[in-house]
Amino acid sequence: MADNERDYSWPAPEKRSLIGKRLNRVDGPLKAAGKAKYTYDVHPPGMLFGKGVRSPYAHAKVASIDTSAAEKMPGVKAIHIIQGPGSEIQWAGDYVVEVAAVDEPTARDAVRAIKVEYQPLPHFLDDFTEPKNLPEDNGPLSPRDIFNMLDDDDPESTKRAVSAIQQRGIKFQVTPQLVERMKSNEVPEEVIKALQSAPMKEEQKTDSPYQKEAETVKGDPDAAFKQAEVISEGVYGCPVITHCCMESHGSIAEWTDDNHLMVHISTQNISASAPQYFQALSIPAGNVHIHQDHIGGGFGSKFGVDRWDIAAANASKKAGGKPVRHMLERDAELEMAGSRPSFYGRVKVGAKKDGTLVAWESHTWGTGGPGSAGAPQVPYVVNVPAIRRQYVNVRTHTGPARAWRAPSHPQACLITMGALEDLAAKLQMDPVDFLLKNIELTGTRANVYSEELKIASELMGWKQKWRPRGQNGSGPVKRGLGVSIHTWGGRGHSSDCALTLHPDSSVDIKMGTQDLGTGTRTAILMVAADSLGIPMEQIQLNIGDNQYPPSGPSGGSTTIGGVSASTRRASVDALHALFEKIAPALGAQPGDLEAANGKIQVKGNPAKSMSWKNACARLGAQPIQVVGKNPGPGNLIDSGVGGAMMADVSVDTETGIVKMNKMVCVQDCGLVISMKTAESQCYGAMIMGIASTLYEEKIMDPQTGRMVNPTMDFYRLAGIGDVGDLVVHMMTGKGYDERGPIGLGEPPTVSPMASISNAVANAIGVRVPFMPITPDRVLAALNQGANHAAV
Amino acid sequence: MDDLPEKKDPKRKPKSGMSRRNFLKISGVSAVAPFAAPLIAATSVLEVEAQAATGMQGPGKVPVTLNVNGKNLNAQLEPRVTLLDALRDQFELTGAKRVCDRGTCGACTVHLDGKAVYSCSVLAIDAQGHQITTIESLSQDGKLHPLQQAFVDNDAQQCGFCTPGFVMACKAFLDHHPNPTMEQIKHGVSGNFCRCGTYAGIRAALMQAAKTAKGA
Ligand code: FES
Ligand code: FES
Repeated sequence: MADNERDYSWPAPEKRSLIGKRLNRVDGPLKAAGKAKYTYDVHPPGMLFGKGVRSPYAHAKVASIDTSAAEKMPGVKAIHIIQGPGSEIQWAGDYVVEVAAVDEPTARDAVRAIKVEYQPLPHFLDDFTEPKNLPEDNGPLSPRDIFNMLDDDDPESTKRAVSAIQQRGIKFQVTPQLVERMKSNEVPEEVIKALQSAPMKEEQKTDSPYQKEAETVKGDPDAAFKQAEVISEGVYGCPVITHCCMESHGSIAEWTDDNHLMVHISTQNISASAPQYFQALSIPAGNVHIHQDHIGGGFGSKFGVDRWDIAAANASKKAGGKPVRHMLERDAELEMAGSRPSFYGRVKVGAKKDGTLVAWESHTWGTGGPGSAGAPQVPYVVNVPAIRRQYVNVRTHTGPARAWRAPSHPQACLITMGALEDLAAKLQMDPVDFLLKNIELTGTRANVYSEELKIASELMGWKQKWRPRGQNGSGPVKRGLGVSIHTWGGRGHSSDCALTLHPDSSVDIKMGTQDLGTGTRTAILMVAADSLGIPMEQIQLNIGDNQYPPSGPSGGSTTIGGVSASTRRASVDALHALFEKIAPALGAQPGDLEAANGKIQVKGNPAKSMSWKNACARLGAQPIQVVGKNPGPGNLIDSGVGGAMMADVSVDTETGIVKMNKMVCVQDCGLVISMKTAESQCYGAMIMGIASTLYEEKIMDPQTGRMVNPTMDFYRLAGIGDVGDLVVHMMTGKGYDERGPIGLGEPPTVSPMASISNAVANAIGVRVPFMPITPDRVLAALNQGANHAAV
Repeated sequence: MDDLPEKKDPKRKPKSGMSRRNFLKISGVSAVAPFAAPLIAATSVLEVEAQAATGMQGPGKVPVTLNVNGKNLNAQLEPRVTLLDALRDQFELTGAKRVCDRGTCGACTVHLDGKAVYSCSVLAIDAQGHQITTIESLSQDGKLHPLQQAFVDNDAQQCGFCTPGFVMACKAFLDHHPNPTMEQIKHGVSGNFCRCGTYAGIRAALMQAAKTAKGA
């Protein structure tokens, strides 16, 4: 049978022995015993401690560096200049010089003994104020500008885009690959032609921190607003927050000889880290060995090999190859090792009296540090028929943005669902009814959302508990409910699974993937064991090393799709090879056999069977070795999920303190492989979301340009007593299972801010526009509301 | 007041009978707590005691003997080295984690004479003469302690980096509250943070472990 005819599809519900079950995570005992080894715990003999001199300025030129005193200190083994004189520092805390010493106290002293002089330059940090005095938008266009201009439903948009391309020119190369990509994204032929003959132009250098993106217009928003019977206007937004992984970023680098580098690194990207060393150190990627057993959190911030990792490798070289550990201290972690872009917006949204949405207009802005924040697309999920939107990217001298679970979605969701709930309040409609009224605007997943909103309402007791704004009791403590819906893509990344069936009946799997605590190990083993019909304990799983066949980075909820599909294919192929070996002995054709309960048996005739052990013994000396791949034959995975979330809060209108009573998460992720760890993703997402709604903010000091709160007592996370009751319901069964597994790391993180902030608005009758919803902001909003009422 | 834990400081009992995090909460300040620093000085009493007992130490390396999990361990350490760093970098006991390194997150929690302390906020020299217990001693002969098993059963861990600290904090809490209510749990282990968000599992694990202990 040719590969492409083989049946790889997921087992039918009655055939699943493990898939979908609620099992303990396989590395749980190791972690609970404190024996799981993280990068931070790796301590090879002779290891040196790396530390860095960090810039106190947000924007400066390095003028001079004097390392002479540090060089003389006993115990200092290497000093490496990371950014020499003339370098321009773009954010406070950036590394300038690396030292490696025999112990940590000595490294610390050496850092203090190094003198760096800076020439401070003016810095800009204000991402909160609405951008004014924008530069004229007549400069050359970026690909995103063009994307923004195009609207499938509006043929005029093609003409507008073509004339803009001809007049303004473009600032990027139109490569054949880009043309291919545009074609597959259905960019109109006229636009591609215009691009191919468009003049390339340099972007004018400007002092403005603002980059205006081309306006998006869909339908006729002006006419639509005229038809609207109720219009709501408001401002909404959330500040930059950090990833705050419990295990900070960092690595241990060791030159095992002149040409080979051994790296233990805290990473979400085992298989693609080595090439990043090649770029920095010109060492062939094949000579870089990357290893990681466990990672203490990543959340999107650990895809790259960072400046400090390269510095550790350089310091190791200078120290004769000795291993150098550089793990970031907490302040460096919070200042530089990842932040989520801010997003603020002024929104106008209109509907008919019956709640039918007709028009949306938004002016939004945000910062991702010195680069781009990546404009969150609003309105989110609910595709209002007529839209005008504008986004301004604000460049600031702060640590650069990194992907943060579901990049751009929580921000877009907050602004959209906030504006919609304000409009629903004005319409005097229950926001759940309002969403359901407009559910067709969500497109292909309308049914999923409807079903989820129904289940969430029941789990929350929405109908019994919900009251219109301003009717939440007469005492000082007001109770309120909020709702939000969200989506995410999450198709599986590419993944190779090397699976070996040994004659001694053991099985091993090797994959260059990583388990972020999402349960990747558990899911791989469940798929393999279910497919092979043997217990999970019989399979030895090896991940976390770039000597194993590659898997993609764990980001964008693409891991489960990638690794489950490659593991399923490997298992089916290996079984098939085994069937071919033993079919004659069972007097059957290979195609008539199946594996179940530790046996190979003839389908429909379990009496004709052979134990797994005996079957493997027939392999002789030769194990069966296969590599299953994703993408590959058979339709095993899909993309695109829907989820609904509801929050129940109490707000003390005298102190401004918000208390979480309860949250409900109803989530679809296609076929659930590992139920317990899937639910944990949802619990965790709600808890993380509570923190970003109520506590988290990277506060920058406009005077010094530094982060004010780079410690965990001032950068506050949610504690065990802060989160209220949490309820999770996973969508399963028909309509979900047959889609195959779809990633879950991102989707449930999207709606918490929106649902909680809506619950607060419902409780106190006014919108607290900006996150985090701290007591002072609640009191200010109440005051302002009272003033409004008085006017 | 009995149900409010004083678990982080082996010697000092705050007059108010309130945990630090509680205090922050009650004071109505959620994001910024300028008075957190003095309250975490859990070592001050120990420090005074140690100095009285041993005289001034340092600044160079001094011999240090720590009683860890029933064994005496020796090292030469600068007096500024914390108990946490000594455990991790000298004795390879890496269960306790360094996260905030200033007495906020609880990832470094170990027991000193049976009470939970932030080992990042205790100097190694001050921990001499005390019984130090780390997560490594909790499971015996490869068998998890019922509390650890409860963490596994209730998936009270994702990345697991906060887990050893949480287990040690929960252990001390259960030792003092064998029949905890949910309210007591919310206060009692509020000195530890988890970024992945495993609190639902931890609450359930504490309930299960309390039940198991009663059944045993
Ligand atoms: S590392 Fe000790 S409390 Fe955070
Ligand atoms: S499990 Fe990751 S920090 Fe708690």
